[in-house]
Amino acid sequence: MKRLFRWALKRSLYVYHVGASACNNCDIEILDLLTPKFDVERFGIVLVGSPRHADVLLVTGAVNKLIAPRLREVYEATPNPKVVVAIGTCPSGNIFQDSYNVVGPLDKIIPVDIYIPGCPPKPEAMIAGIVKVLEKL
Amino acid sequence: MFDILEVLFLYLVFPGFLFSAVVGLLSCWVDRKVTAKVQWRVGPPMLQPFIDIIKLLGKEVILPRGAYKFSFFFFPLLGLAGITLVSTMLWIFNVFPDKTFIGDLIVVLYLLMLPPLSLILAGFASKNPLATLGASREMKLMLSYELPFILAIFTIVAKSHSLLMGNMVTVQSTQGMYLLSASGIIAFIVALICIQAKLGFVPFDIADAEQEIAGGIIIEFSGALLAIYKLTKAIMLFVLPVFLITLFLGGINVFTLWGIAQFILKYVIILTLIVVIKNTNPRLRIDQALRFFWGKVTVLAVIAMVLALVGW
Repeated sequence: MKRLFRWALKRSLYVYHVGASACNNCDIEILDLLTPKFDVERFGIVLVGSPRHADVLLVTGAVNKLIAPRLREVYEATPNPKVVVAIGTCPSGNIFQDSYNVVGPLDKIIPVDIYIPGCPPKPEAMIAGIVKVLEKL
Repeated sequence: MFDILEVLFLYLVFPGFLFSAVVGLLSCWVDRKVTAKVQWRVGPPMLQPFIDIIKLLGKEVILPRGAYKFSFFFFPLLGLAGITLVSTMLWIFNVFPDKTFIGDLIVVLYLLMLPPLSLILAGFASKNPLATLGASREMKLMLSYELPFILAIFTIVAKSHSLLMGNMVTVQSTQGMYLLSASGIIAFIVALICIQAKLGFVPFDIADAEQEIAGGIIIEFSGALLAIYKLTKAIMLFVLPVFLITLFLGGINVFTLWGIAQFILKYVIILTLIVVIKNTNPRLRIDQALRFFWGKVTVLAVIAMVLALVGW
């Protein structure tokens, strides 16, 4: 039974996109994945509007003081099993990390399963990252 | 009448839950695939809706803080049970027209109201402000589409002079379908528009507008509850076209191969119409939807009613 659920989870990922004070660059690249060129719905990946429906949290941006508690809330609102993917250079520490309002790398706030670096990462890199996460599940 | 085992089989396997869920989920795939094709994408594989349901059943179910436990878990199930009962009844009236009883059309109309009503209650029970907003929108939408929908259905009652669904099926099998008359085609168009709203498809997806209120009623649904919601929607996508076929397009003849082929053809045509309307229209505001239904659509339905009473 558990294997059946895991098999299904790998083929139907619902993605919730959390913008944690990003510059909108990674966010646009994420939307590229849904366009006709890449079309990740072929693999059952769908963007959803509520963290309660999600399996994957895509986090973009350098986390600042304002967003950090909300980010923790969104993480707790997501039902298990869940995966956190950090998109871009920002969540793993960057030129903004010494700024007065940046709380620091994302994994200080919530556990991260995989980092996909790049400013912004290419859509192909994101797909490759998701495939690596699926192998881990 | 039927004995208890037969009733259980009819309700749970064929033509009840299992059958309508499988066909409904396949129709969901058709909907997603056609949508993808319209947008020049490839679209999901055929089994995608089934995989989604299995995955959701394996996920954690979260009860939000402050939500009403009983209503939150009970009402989605009630909606699913209601729509399954409609499916069972429709098929029984089509296959055995003599099993019909007085006022069965009214029972079916009430049961069709059950899924939106129970979703409204579940939305209020989840205590999320956005869900409350979605539920109140769904309520207004229901008030707006029920009037023309019932007028369109009662056009058929006026034409067949009876409230028996079995009777309508037998009359149509001898005298030709009701769609081929002037009042019939107008009433069919009205009913098709109302069904679009009943399904919550664009342009009437005001209640679960994903971009503005993040799913509306279903915002707090997780895991199995979301699976139940998706199943309800899938079965509705199957049952409502079958309802239209029963009333307007001459019912379903399952005893000959040609009859079954005809049914599949009619069903696919209605489904495609619904999906094409969905993909070529922007979302309306709730006040626009109300004005649309109580204005133009109701006028059309009244014209159909008058034509039917005159005898066209």
